[in-house]
Amino acid sequence: MSLRDLYQEMIIDHGKNPRNKGILSSANHSHIGHNPLCGDKIVLYVFEQNGVVRDIRFEGVGCAISVASASLMTESIKGKTFGEFEKLFDDFHHLVTQGNEKVDMGKLAIFAGVSEFPIRVKCATLAWHTLKAALVDDSKSISTE
Amino acid sequence: MNAAIMKNNAQLNVYADFPILQQHNRGKPIIYLDSASSTQKPQQVIEAITHFYSHDYANIHRGMYELSERSTTFYEETRTAVKNFIHANHTDEIVFTHGTTDAINLIAQSYGRSTFQAGDEVILSEMEHHSNIVPWYLLKEQMGIVIKVIPVTDAGALDMDAYQQLFSRRTKLVALTHASNVTGVINPAKEITDIAHAHHVPVLFDGAQAIAHILVDVQAIDCDFYVFSGHKLYGPTGVGVLYGKQSLLEAMPPYQGGGGMIETVSFSKTTFASSPQKFEAGTPPIASVIGLQAALQYVNAIGIENIFSHDQFLLNNVEHRFADISGLRIIGLAKPKLGVISFVLDDVHPHDVSTVLDHEGIAIRAGHHCAMPLMERFRIPATARISFGVYNTQQDIDAVVNAIQLAKRLLT
Repeated sequence: MSLRDLYQEMIIDHGKNPRNKGILSSANHSHIGHNPLCGDKIVLYVFEQNGVVRDIRFEGVGCAISVASASLMTESIKGKTFGEFEKLFDDFHHLVTQGNEKVDMGKLAIFAGVSEFPIRVKCATLAWHTLKAALVDDSKSISTE
Repeated sequence: MNAAIMKNNAQLNVYADFPILQQHNRGKPIIYLDSASSTQKPQQVIEAITHFYSHDYANIHRGMYELSERSTTFYEETRTAVKNFIHANHTDEIVFTHGTTDAINLIAQSYGRSTFQAGDEVILSEMEHHSNIVPWYLLKEQMGIVIKVIPVTDAGALDMDAYQQLFSRRTKLVALTHASNVTGVINPAKEITDIAHAHHVPVLFDGAQAIAHILVDVQAIDCDFYVFSGHKLYGPTGVGVLYGKQSLLEAMPPYQGGGGMIETVSFSKTTFASSPQKFEAGTPPIASVIGLQAALQYVNAIGIENIFSHDQFLLNNVEHRFADISGLRIIGLAKPKLGVISFVLDDVHPHDVSTVLDHEGIAIRAGHHCAMPLMERFRIPATARISFGVYNTQQDIDAVVNAIQLAKRLLT
């Protein structure tokens, strides 16, 4: 396992230049996520219509893994239903903990290397846990602990 | 200890005493730079615990038989060793706890709850570890005390002028860290105590970090309480120390009830043993206490002054080398400080720094170090932290510098 397997070009690119970053004024769901381990915080904004994610943005600071994961998640989730997101969440969780794809994960497959660094799974899944909480409209903030 | 422990330039040469360091981390020789979190254990401590369990173990203060007498003797010898190590006046001033956190909670729940009233004030600082914040926060919830906070300067030192302004007629305790677990900055313990005593306020020092690096003399400092953990001092986990002035400990009610801390028990009336037994309810971590004794012997054999020189040699070396790394900023440059260095890198998150270093065999800590208020103070979410033990060398610093350069190449 080389460091390049973990820090692939696309992860570094999305970590440095995250897509869908910022506040979404049309949001009808939002949620704050914490990783108490490192103090990272993310805020997710979702505009949902008839159970479909029409638009999504996030704010926050974090490590390359967590920011890239948030960025790529927002890209892959637009247009998906809640049910489709939940399925993707499970597949992504399998990917970052087991290191292999249950189904074709597309771009998200670059996170497979995270499984070699179990402590970083929380970084890779923070945005995902936060989105899950946002969509079920839990009013509390969530944490990965 | 013989001259072989000292290399040139004040460096210690005791790496070989630590079996855990004679192996690999991710396929590379381990470079352990997280001693502020917990130190590794020398063979002497490991052997002392094994020997104790193999030859001398029984419950203490209980059995009318030889093993128990022997076990009790070793346990109480450790109390004397601790007394000598921190230059306390009397062994009765040494209470064994489960660690620093346990000791601070003991003081809050016993001393605090029995002497504070709603509206009374406790002075803390922005550089405290959560273990010296949350126990006082719990008291605030339980009895309405007020927490006052000494600000920290840009250099990471306590603002001593602000400190003096925080006293009022309601101030009942000053509880501060002796040295920051984030920046390594050492607080002026004697000056802090003198100021508090001028206001007739007792002082508690959290010595979790300082104890493994500098000579601690509780009588010279004149502090009222001093607490630390065994596991940051080359000893085992599960044992810590509460030093308290005898008059204070005697007046304090028990913290936990149970066996070993009583004189007589009936359902209508229980009377308590005197300090320190009063605070040691239940069977203590006996073997860990024995291990602590071995750790103190180990540190004494090297000499705490030699450890401090070694620490300062490495610290100066790091500061010098880090100055050449562009985009690297050390958090807290105030002196004096321990060999604990927190830093941030432009455009590379501390977690990523830590992962790259880990890949190179180097163990450091990244995060908020259980000091969220200090992170807030410096407006950073986290830092990467390296911290030294007796086993570290100048070569370790070379490896760190190379790995930081690698992280920068890879991630920016």
